[in-house]
Amino acid sequence: MARYLSRRDIDWPLLLITLLICAVGVLQIYSATRDTIWQDAWWKQILYVFLGLLLMWIIMVVDYHTLLHHVTLMYIMSVLALAGTYAIGKTVFGSRRWIPLAGGFHLQVSEFVKLVIILLVARYLTELKKDELELKEMLKLAGLVVIPTALVLKQPDLGTSLTYLAVLVVGAFLAGLRWKYIAVIGVVTVLVLPITYSFLKPYQKARLVSFMDPERDPQGTGYQLIQSQIAVGAGGMFGKGPLKGTQTQLRFLPVPHTDFIFSAFSEEHGFVGVIVVLSLFFIMIMRIVQNAQTAPDRAGMYICMGVAALLLFHMLVNVGMVVGRMPVTGIPLPFMSAGGSNLWSNFLALGLVNNVRLRRFVN
Amino acid sequence: MILPPADTGTEVKVSEQPRLHDDTRFAGPKIAIFQYAGVAIFLFLISGFWKLQIQNPQFYDERAQANSIKSVPILAPRGRILDRDGRVVVDNHSSFSLILARESLKEDHLRPIAQGLDLDYKDLSARVRRFKSQPKYVPIVIKEELTPADLAFVDSHHEFFPELVLIQAQRRLYPQNGMLAHVIGYTGEISEDELDTPEFAKYDQGDVIGKFGIEREYNNTLMGVDGQRQVIVDNRGQVRQVIGNKPAVPGKDIQLSIDLDLQVVAELAMDGRNGAVVALDPRTGEVLAMVSRPTFDANKFAVRIKAKDWKEIADNPEHPMLNRAIQAQQAPGSTFKPFVALAGLETGTIDDQFTVHCAGGVALYGRFQKCWVYPKGHGSVSLHRGIVQSCDVFFYTVGAKLGIDNIAKYASLAGMGELTGIDLPHEAAGIVPSEKWKLRNFRQKWYAGETPSVAIGQGALTVTPLQLARAIGGVAMDGVWHHPHLLRTLDKSETPEVWQLNPDNVSKVVDGMYGVVNEGGTGGRARIPGIDVCGKTGSAQLASNDYLKGTAAGRYLKDNAWFEGYAPCHAPEIVVVALFEHGEHGQFAAPIVRDVMKAYFDKKARLSTEAQQGQQNLTAKLAGVAGLGLPQAVPAPAPPKPAETNLIFHEQADEPAASQQ
Repeated sequence: MARYLSRRDIDWPLLLITLLICAVGVLQIYSATRDTIWQDAWWKQILYVFLGLLLMWIIMVVDYHTLLHHVTLMYIMSVLALAGTYAIGKTVFGSRRWIPLAGGFHLQVSEFVKLVIILLVARYLTELKKDELELKEMLKLAGLVVIPTALVLKQPDLGTSLTYLAVLVVGAFLAGLRWKYIAVIGVVTVLVLPITYSFLKPYQKARLVSFMDPERDPQGTGYQLIQSQIAVGAGGMFGKGPLKGTQTQLRFLPVPHTDFIFSAFSEEHGFVGVIVVLSLFFIMIMRIVQNAQTAPDRAGMYICMGVAALLLFHMLVNVGMVVGRMPVTGIPLPFMSAGGSNLWSNFLALGLVNNVRLRRFVN
Repeated sequence: MILPPADTGTEVKVSEQPRLHDDTRFAGPKIAIFQYAGVAIFLFLISGFWKLQIQNPQFYDERAQANSIKSVPILAPRGRILDRDGRVVVDNHSSFSLILARESLKEDHLRPIAQGLDLDYKDLSARVRRFKSQPKYVPIVIKEELTPADLAFVDSHHEFFPELVLIQAQRRLYPQNGMLAHVIGYTGEISEDELDTPEFAKYDQGDVIGKFGIEREYNNTLMGVDGQRQVIVDNRGQVRQVIGNKPAVPGKDIQLSIDLDLQVVAELAMDGRNGAVVALDPRTGEVLAMVSRPTFDANKFAVRIKAKDWKEIADNPEHPMLNRAIQAQQAPGSTFKPFVALAGLETGTIDDQFTVHCAGGVALYGRFQKCWVYPKGHGSVSLHRGIVQSCDVFFYTVGAKLGIDNIAKYASLAGMGELTGIDLPHEAAGIVPSEKWKLRNFRQKWYAGETPSVAIGQGALTVTPLQLARAIGGVAMDGVWHHPHLLRTLDKSETPEVWQLNPDNVSKVVDGMYGVVNEGGTGGRARIPGIDVCGKTGSAQLASNDYLKGTAAGRYLKDNAWFEGYAPCHAPEIVVVALFEHGEHGQFAAPIVRDVMKAYFDKKARLSTEAQQGQQNLTAKLAGVAGLGLPQAVPAPAPPKPAETNLIFHEQADEPAASQQ
């Protein structure tokens, strides 16, 4: 029972890859925000990275079982915080996602709720103590996840709310949801989608429509998708060079330092740069999966897989949007997009992974 | 790095629990599926980049360029139009035009833009549609002559409407009150139809070209070549960098043979009347003045005429757009008689001994032809008296003796019935009837009975004022007919039509025309003391039927009044023809001609006096005259000395005029 935690057991390659991605992000933020009102974003991002490392450290040392133990409280607080955000939150770009903090900072609560969802799913599935997930239990879990999802969707922030569902789906899949239930859920989803569509905000509908046919309204809602594809395509094999992408530098690209940072990167660094960075992301996710495989217990496995699912979903939606293969949902690229909340949430997630890893030899 | 001690309490709790169902191996295959899914997702993403970056990067590169490069035209100013003394008649003044850069145009912006700039939305969107086939870098000019309010609108909405780009434009500034309007013409945006003609094939949609008059005739000279500036702009339309600059080549100035001093007098003389005045230098064919009334304000056409203004001009029954000096084909009336007299003398049909008795009329070919003094008569009439008194009976007789083809021959010799070739569009040729003409046009034989009418300038005979001026000038020059032209050229490449006339015959006719003015003839009102003025009146009937004349009231059937005059009689320097529509009698047209000629000789005398006043004096004076034509703020040549009137080029021109005195 004697326990000691060795810093050797921290996943150093994972951390190194993460910091490399952060560095690319900082450089790209610098390039994309030169001579704009966001021109300070690059050094702020560096600060955020260090703060993120600190947060990762803190969460690493608290045993994840302790965290799981308190997940009920965290869940209730999350729901309250999300409801609070909706009530008092700051409206930016037409949606209320941020809670104002002292010193002019704003915290995006929904980003941190992701971690709570990961922990919630991990604890719920672990406590089933079965190798198969029954539909009834699945629906119970889904009910728990849907509440914060709905609150975030209401902000409105479709992208982030979908990440919660991604964690849920992957968790349920791993927990042994039977194929026939998966099929049933699939069919129901297809049937329910048109109804959901009618509940979407007009701008969300417009985004979906313009995703199907961006050229229909090239100056309107299709604008972002088209400009992003132009930026990516114009990058070619080797890119225009740092600070030389016209789409980025002349601001034809929307938000080139946050959601569309990868468009800006693709324009300036080309296909070669894209392959390098996507490889880093791929290795990062695969290392997290590996940590899941070596996890000491199911809870640890679920936590790591939740983080992996979260990051993979972010990649799919954000980078898919950049190349025009996903609708514009407005979720950031992990570790690259400028902004504190998402970065910290991601570092906390890495902290959870390391937390599990540090305790893999416990028994 | 030292990790703090772990919280062992919880650890114990968890590990104390039964380890049933807590192995992670059961999820192994599912994690593998997740990994495969991860690989698939990354391949899916990479294929997206492959498609965009490797398969067609050029396509996107071009679109990126189109995004950022904007072409801003630099409009070339048109050349100015100067009078013969170098005074500016037509100038440009710089103003702002607003263009739509179509690279960044958003269709739904059109309505607020139209609203903000007080434009018609339908017009605007139709305009944008018309440009659809053009390449994107061709901008659309949507408004010229921006008012301060428009400028404020553009300035304050710069961020909302990045497609709005202000450019410096040169707008045409024409003389006020329609002065010289028919000669100068006007410019306008090229129409779809014009684009299809070879004359304008090299121009593009949106170009402003000369449409009428000198502006059209010398469009290629006056029009410069627009330049273009290629700039890199950001998504707000702000210029970041200039990458290409092709400067505009301004159009060349042209100098007209028109003398503004004479033009103003002629314009004044025609004030309130319809008709035309043409003043020529018979020695060169230079047009010194050309007036057509009613006139129009070319400034309304300067770029794009408003529909309302156009309707007003187009629906005017008096046809203000018609340049009567070259397009009015009217019977010349008695002004034709000198040509018949000359034909008689040259063919030997008559000599100066030949007389006719005028009893107020004469029976010819079974029809009684009245003299204009009927029921009185002129009595015994010789050639000289025939011209002086404009005796119709004399010319009926001479005409009948000559026959139509001889009359036609000499009329044609003097250039009637054919274009003078003046450098203006849409000139009319008039008609000189002959046996052949009648056969060709009516498939009928010429009846000798029709000849007497033609001999007094009626019947089918029609001329334009310009033709008449050229014709009589050529006669006065002993048979040298120069081609009239408006462009002042120093080279003498123009070759006149020459027909060696017998100077004795010419001088007999000239003496008669001297008598018309100076010996109590019909043209006494054209007399200028100290100047030998020759001339001939004409009162051309519009309806020869007495019945019609009696019943159909109104000026439209009143005779046209003509006067042709030149001076000095034996060494002509200036020919002036005035057509005063419905002026009833030629004597009422004579003062118009007199005024113009007087202005000519007054100016000549003034200049020669000045020439004698020594070099210094002259230089100072000339500087004053030159300064007149080139005012800085107000591009308006001041009126010449005698013109104390509101008929000036531009309203504000009074000041320089006053200081010049």
